[in-house]
Amino acid sequence: MSFFRRFVQNRGALVGLVILALVVLLALLAPLLYPESPWRMVQRPFLAPGELPGFPLGTDTMGRDVAAELAHGAWVSLLVGFVSTLVALAIGVPLGALAGYFGGRTDDVLMRITEFFQTIPNFALAIVLVAIMEPSIGSIVLAIAVVSWPPVARLVRGEFLSLKHREYVEAARLVGQGHRDLILKQILPNTLSPVIVLASLMVATAILLESSLSFLGLGDPDTMSWGYMIGAARTVMRQAWWLSVIPGVAILLTVLALNLVGEGLDDALNPQLARQR
Amino acid sequence: MSEPLLQIERLTLALPEGADRRYAVEDVSYSLAAGEVLCVVGESGSGKSMTANAVMGLLPPGLRVTQGRALFDGADLLAMDEPTHRALRGRRIGMVFQEPMTALNPLMRVGDQIAEVFEAHGLLTARERREKALALLEEVRLPDPPSALRAYPFELSGGQRQRVMIAMALALEPQLLVADEPTTALDVTTQAQILHLIRDLQKRRGMAVMFITHDFGVVAEIADRVCVMCEGRIVEMGDAREVLASPRHAYTRTLIAAIPGGVAAPARDGADPAPLLTVEGLNKVYRSRGGWWQPRREVVALDEVGFTLGRGETLGIVGESGSGKSTLGRCIVGLETPDSGGIRLAGTDLRTLTGQALREQRRHIQMVFQDPYASLNPRIRVGMAIAQGPIANGVPRARALERARQLLTTVGLDAAAADRFPHEFSGGQRQRIGIARALALDPELIVADEAVSALDVSIQAQVLELLERLKTELSLSLLFITHDLRVAAQICDRLIVMQKGCIVEQGSAERIFQAPSHPYTRELLAAIPGRHDDATAAAAPAAAPRMP
Repeated sequence: MSFFRRFVQNRGALVGLVILALVVLLALLAPLLYPESPWRMVQRPFLAPGELPGFPLGTDTMGRDVAAELAHGAWVSLLVGFVSTLVALAIGVPLGALAGYFGGRTDDVLMRITEFFQTIPNFALAIVLVAIMEPSIGSIVLAIAVVSWPPVARLVRGEFLSLKHREYVEAARLVGQGHRDLILKQILPNTLSPVIVLASLMVATAILLESSLSFLGLGDPDTMSWGYMIGAARTVMRQAWWLSVIPGVAILLTVLALNLVGEGLDDALNPQLARQR
Repeated sequence: MSEPLLQIERLTLALPEGADRRYAVEDVSYSLAAGEVLCVVGESGSGKSMTANAVMGLLPPGLRVTQGRALFDGADLLAMDEPTHRALRGRRIGMVFQEPMTALNPLMRVGDQIAEVFEAHGLLTARERREKALALLEEVRLPDPPSALRAYPFELSGGQRQRVMIAMALALEPQLLVADEPTTALDVTTQAQILHLIRDLQKRRGMAVMFITHDFGVVAEIADRVCVMCEGRIVEMGDAREVLASPRHAYTRTLIAAIPGGVAAPARDGADPAPLLTVEGLNKVYRSRGGWWQPRREVVALDEVGFTLGRGETLGIVGESGSGKSTLGRCIVGLETPDSGGIRLAGTDLRTLTGQALREQRRHIQMVFQDPYASLNPRIRVGMAIAQGPIANGVPRARALERARQLLTTVGLDAAAADRFPHEFSGGQRQRIGIARALALDPELIVADEAVSALDVSIQAQVLELLERLKTELSLSLLFITHDLRVAAQICDRLIVMQKGCIVEQGSAERIFQAPSHPYTRELLAAIPGRHDDATAAAAPAAAPRMP
């Protein structure tokens, strides 16, 4: 059975994929739907959703259009989520591969470095990194990547440890393939399925991290984000609860969709495991 | 003959839709009387285990009984509800599985596992259970039963674990013992002991035994009656001696003929060829790092091993698991580094070479691996898997792929196979691909480590034939590592017998089979199942046409 057909068989994954596609669409269309800056004040503040035509989600404490904020925030959330995950993979996969493949001293050194990052609480480190650098999209992406690569390195190392003694790897070694070919052509392709699954979940975590940083006011001051929206609305929770709830639901749905897609990928990439369930 | 204990009538089991055939077993009927040993023989996929699973109520999900009955002492096992069936299982029908390690709980002491059998049926007090467990371990002749009672499964050897499994199956004195390939995972000498034990216990207790196996040698050793299965149907059934001596069905004949080489090695021309590979004083010790409270453990895998291998010669290395035969092969191809000693290929000492020169020499020694499923990368197309060696050695990509296609036809596969992935092939076909991969670098020596052990007998014979043909066509030398003396007899010119890292005997295959000088070799030869049976001896000439 093809990969796609196995993936589609999991109904949850399909729902996740649809939600995710909608969010991506929203992010892509944001500049067309709301060509003006989301920071612009357009009406009186505290409009409830549906109170005035043209403002389906109402306005916030400063009179900005919540729908516009949400659309532009989607762009930032997805960008930060995907880019920081890519950066984390770019750090974690090579480190894990080298540690697992060469073992011995290399493994010891690389794993001690990994553990150094693992022992510091993720969020605290991310706050410190963003605070040291100027809060900007770039620094946020970097901070999130720096705190989220260790699990990738661990996973890839484990896969390499078990795969490097497989007979097909030994056979490739015997025909004279060098270390580079063995790592890139023989072992790495076989480690990819768990890494892809982990990556889909990491995107979700990264979106949460970005929201948390923005909530604390450490977001990029020039870009609208869902976390900033919640942070700004928390003082008026009792007067205008929807101002926190609307971006909150957006985060919830996106993260849920990513988790569903991740689980679907897991089933589709490991057909034997999926059948046992 | 007395009233049958187990009677299977027209049993048909349907496979789930989309399987390669409609029925796992079709219209199968046989009966088993008390005190009788029935061997169900067939190759993998013949449905031989499925009937037993149906009897035990262990059918995998997706399989349905569409027709037939299985009467055990008059009651239909297939129509029985689960609690009634469960009460029968263990108490009146015992079962022994193939893999003794996975069938035992690794975290539970052996004594407790045996006691659990009584507990599951609510029998005896804790104290009695313990005494009974001890008595059972004595009955299956484990050395030092009291300490075995307290041992964990990993502390026992494979044969000892299988004895524990048998003790558990016998705990409640069943009338029927179902044994599913119980000796397949064991060494020859251990296999002989276990077969002897089962036969002995069966006689003493008057049990009926349903023995499932793929090995006609085992049949000759233990069976009263045989039932040969092929693709879900019974093709032949009858008295064991009669079937072995004069098989009626063509399939039975091919199975018996495919038993490698009978038990006598054919004579070969004894011209002494120039040595290609010389191994001198090879030593290898595996050391486990000791902990704070644990002393370092040392296992001697190779102890001053030395031999020569001539050009165009096939040298067999025979030994049981743990004899160091695989380590020797891995040292020669360079997957392991020996502690000391010399390996010379055509006069060049491989151990003094490094870097490019070593890689250049390594090209001349290639390996065929044991497991046809693990030795091919699932994500690389077959053509590329064969071509990657030459490519790594500087041959242009297009030419290497072209050559891969040629090699595939050389090993008896279609050239179009190059574009497919390994999982689309059967075990035998994959082993052919593995051989093609080894040939891609034009080696002078091929090390085959248990290259046919994972294959069915008829496939085994085909692969051996292929190796033999390639050897003469391409003037290769072959180092053939195996635990199976019958396979060795079929293909090897000379044999080396290893035990615990030492070579205990070496010489021409013919001499070793006819006049073994070392007691261990004699023990190995005596343990070959079916060796003392006239029936298999009569079948041997058909199997070894080279014999004068």
